[in-house]
Amino acid sequence: MLKVNGIKNGIVIDHIPAGKGSKIFNKLFSKYVESPVVLLMNVPSKTLGKKDIIKIEDEYNFDLDILGLIDKNITVNIIRDDKLEKKMKVTIPNKIKGFIECKNPRCISHSDIYAIPEFTLISSNGNLKYSCSYCEEITNYKF
Amino acid sequence: MKNVKHLIEPKDLSNSEILELVNLGIEMEKNPSNYSDLCKGKILGSLFFEASTRTKFSFDSAMLRLGGSLIGFTDVNTTSAKKGESLGDTIKIMGAYTDILVMRHPKEGAPKLASEYSSIPIINGGDGGHQHPTQTLTDLITITKFKNTISNHTIAFCGDLKFGRTVHSLIKTLARFNTKKFYLVSPKELRLPISIIDSIKLKYDVEIEEVTELENVIDKIDILYMTRIQKERFFNEEDYIKLKNSYILTNDKISSAKKDMIIMHPLPRVNEISPEVDQDKRAIYFEQARLGVYVRMALIAKLLGAI
Repeated sequence: MLKVNGIKNGIVIDHIPAGKGSKIFNKLFSKYVESPVVLLMNVPSKTLGKKDIIKIEDEYNFDLDILGLIDKNITVNIIRDDKLEKKMKVTIPNKIKGFIECKNPRCISHSDIYAIPEFTLISSNGNLKYSCSYCEEITNYKF
Repeated sequence: MKNVKHLIEPKDLSNSEILELVNLGIEMEKNPSNYSDLCKGKILGSLFFEASTRTKFSFDSAMLRLGGSLIGFTDVNTTSAKKGESLGDTIKIMGAYTDILVMRHPKEGAPKLASEYSSIPIINGGDGGHQHPTQTLTDLITITKFKNTISNHTIAFCGDLKFGRTVHSLIKTLARFNTKKFYLVSPKELRLPISIIDSIKLKYDVEIEEVTELENVIDKIDILYMTRIQKERFFNEEDYIKLKNSYILTNDKISSAKKDMIIMHPLPRVNEISPEVDQDKRAIYFEQARLGVYVRMALIAKLLGAI
């Protein structure tokens, strides 16, 4: 069994569905470009069968909403001086700005730098469906 | 910016605000001279990023009849937008030069974006296939003038119900006013989107029936709202040829209709209403376009706080 040491101060993103760890890190990469990072893939899990884990030796510095869009089972642990300081569960965001692009090619958000739409959750059965604040078109979000 | 009232979509107006605008428009049509100085000294900025005939000139006419003045453009190539200026910047500048703005834009959601950067009222004069709220107000003043009330009618929408933004805005607004029944008359390719039908049924107690032939319902309706069917919307030529005659209105087709039924159309018409129908007193589409000026007068006056 592969053994990876814990971190002294930082973040552990746990219960990531297997195969999605690298995609999540790519999304967060710009915030942690110089930090020590461990990405564990296909780790045995009682609840998920297999899971991915990301450990980052740095301050907590991102919006939980991005993880809520990916999977509602993901947990975020904040480690301070080798101890678990805080455990956070993610939730599917009702409103989200910045991570989703409107699928409507005629939407103003594709042609104007000021236009950053806010998306409102319409349905979370199966795919997440979000409505664009500018054109009201429904966009299915798939990570 | 939050305290400024805009009209981006019909749901920006409550039912009582809609009734107030419609009644004020009717009063302005009856006694136009009482309102001819109402907006003296005020300037309407007319930002037409896309071509328009009726909407542009009916707003111009409305502002001039209120005693106000106009500046604006109808050719985006003559503006800084052509140089890559963002809409927000254009709106901030025009807000410094004018008191109220009407805009038409080919991109959906553009007026909503503009409203986020505007310190003066913005009226959506049409954004792509999305919203056209002043056409809805025009339709509602017409219904009120000819049928006395917006409520309790049986209304048929006929033609392209899938892509027509005027139909989408109007049907959702009429549903708020206790419509008795909607008949949706269209070929199967051009049905009203199911999401709109579902959202109406979810919120309002109104009967909706989809049919493919106007002849089957023409004697049951109080209002017939015609729209243009474009050949290119059909998946094949055969279907178009088979169906097109069903959606062209003739004197023969309206012979069994109620004597006080009204025939509406947002215009422009191409061939979906035969010119012979124009002589029928039930054909009120040109009157509908004329009334649009008065409800726009009411809207401008209200948004400017002039009345």
